[in-house]
Amino acid sequence: MLGWIDTVLQGILLGGLYSLYATGLSVIFGIMRLVNLAHGDLIVLGAFLILAATSAGVPLAVACVAVVPLMFVVGYALQSVLLNRALGRNILPPLLITFGLSIIVQNGLLETFSADTRRLDVGSLQSASLPLGGGIAIGVMPLICLLSAIAVIVSLNGVFYRTAVGRAFRATSDDVEIAQLMGINNRSIYALTMGIALAVCAVAGFFLGARANFDPSIGPARLLYAFEAVIIGGLGSLWGTLAGGIVVGVAQTVGAHIDPEWQILSGHVAFLIVLVIRPRGLFPRAVD
Amino acid sequence: MGSGGLTTADPGATPRFAVARATRASTATLILAVPGILLLFALPAFASRVLLQELFYVFTMLALAQLWSLLAGSAGLISVGQQAFVGMGAYALFAFAVVAGLDPVLSVLLAGAVAGLVAIPAALIVFRLRGAYFAIGTWVVSEVCRLILAQVKQLGGGTGTSLPTDVASSMIGLDFVRNLFAVRGPAARDILDYWLALMLAIGTFLLVYRLLRSRHGLALSAIGDSEAAAESTGVDVFRTKFLIYVLTAVATGMVGALIFLQKARISPDAAFSLIDWTAYVIFIVVIGGIGTMEGPIVGVVIFYLLQYYLAALGSWYLILLGGLAIVLMLFAPTGVWGVVSRFFNVSLFPVRRRLIVSGGVADKNETKS
Repeated sequence: MLGWIDTVLQGILLGGLYSLYATGLSVIFGIMRLVNLAHGDLIVLGAFLILAATSAGVPLAVACVAVVPLMFVVGYALQSVLLNRALGRNILPPLLITFGLSIIVQNGLLETFSADTRRLDVGSLQSASLPLGGGIAIGVMPLICLLSAIAVIVSLNGVFYRTAVGRAFRATSDDVEIAQLMGINNRSIYALTMGIALAVCAVAGFFLGARANFDPSIGPARLLYAFEAVIIGGLGSLWGTLAGGIVVGVAQTVGAHIDPEWQILSGHVAFLIVLVIRPRGLFPRAVD
Repeated sequence: MGSGGLTTADPGATPRFAVARATRASTATLILAVPGILLLFALPAFASRVLLQELFYVFTMLALAQLWSLLAGSAGLISVGQQAFVGMGAYALFAFAVVAGLDPVLSVLLAGAVAGLVAIPAALIVFRLRGAYFAIGTWVVSEVCRLILAQVKQLGGGTGTSLPTDVASSMIGLDFVRNLFAVRGPAARDILDYWLALMLAIGTFLLVYRLLRSRHGLALSAIGDSEAAAESTGVDVFRTKFLIYVLTAVATGMVGALIFLQKARISPDAAFSLIDWTAYVIFIVVIGGIGTMEGPIVGVVIFYLLQYYLAALGSWYLILLGGLAIVLMLFAPTGVWGVVSRFFNVSLFPVRRRLIVSGGVADKNETKS
């Protein structure tokens, strides 16, 4: 019994990481109805940028703080230079552009950093844990990760629901043509959205690298976990995305508890089951 | 197609009009295609084994590209999970040929049926997702197939397995080829694989071509223009898309089975490879021109040349392909064939209907479908 409680607890913590992966994707879809197939690779890019900075002698904390705005700029540029040119009713061009981008980022990382597995060195935090009694302990790093996921969602919701620019975001999301009539430049809103999404990718990249090994090839799998979290949670709700991430995380640790080879498979199966019984997710808000 | 809205300059004369699809170029293509195909069938008599193996790859990729173009271009079902059906077909081949001991050629056909059977529940689940989310949904399905097959120990589990030589050399028709060309076992296998690939490529082409020219093709272009309007004129959108998805899966499964019959070795990572069976295929269709019959043919030739000269660059080659796809999507979304056909106003395999009035073409811009 304790083993199961421990498994579910670890799953919830893992879900924190997955919802960090998913938050950027959720924001992009909510505002632009766009799916970024390079999302997972951009998370891995974030991890590698932090790694590159620390290997150049920059302290880890400074590297993390610097990479977040850097990724924001990358996202802003990506949207204004590439993706804004492909807006329209046909979803094929933006989808294929991000697919091409995924291949470029993945192979660019492979060429620059080789296929070796890496890990971010977080010192004593790596193995620190809090005993909860009864032989159950939770890692400090996974806990910080879950709390960061919550903090990111709280601050994004703060921006979206309490600021003037947030109102512009929501207006663009609700009806882009009417928003334009009200004087909102949807293209710059889109660029800001992609910037925010990639800034969150940088945060996710840090926890990816601090919690487990990574290499250039693992991006697409992160995209799938993120996507599953968004759909399970229901489109348009960031708290739903957090719940979705936790569902995927718990499904994976429970699967792994039964048979280690079933970890990834049970996450996917949980997603398919939710899709069959609640096609609009657990907490749907947006109509599309 | 109807006569509504047709007006002529002279109200007294009865307008005479007909609906046509054939063009002079398309008739010429059909006439030239017959000796061309016969030549391709006769090729093993004088071509080297290497050339046959290269053409095998070209034909199988062409078939996959033609199918993806139908799915994504004509039916609007943008899938990045077609490797699910390549892999299921490939594994079904190994199950039938190695475990059940059936003839490999027969197993290729049965593999198509297995892929179709997998596609039915897959479609019922992923069709709940719309647009871009459908794309990632198909990818999840493919990952589920890969992870499940990695658990099947009889088929090699996670590391994979090889096709035993006695199974591979028991193929129906192998003795015929051996005697016809007076060649030894492996060479005869190459010739037979080549013929099967050629037949599958032609079969896929005819399937897609006939489908697009049928009432289902008309329904598809109506859906492409407006789903709601198509539905209101009596098109069953779900049924049409479902039919295309499953049919495509059957054909993709057969191509996948043939590819791995030739490779004679299978593993979950190779059979369900996103890069090999979806990224390359998308690249071929995008560079050639999506939603046309000619596009994948042009695309596969360009892709083959790029692969031949640049594949040695490794990751840089993939970066180049990705970059090329992005540039094309931005500046020439209809691909090379789209640009050529617009510039010369030519169509070799027309699927659209044109209105011809009193011996002249009424609408030069070929009314859509």
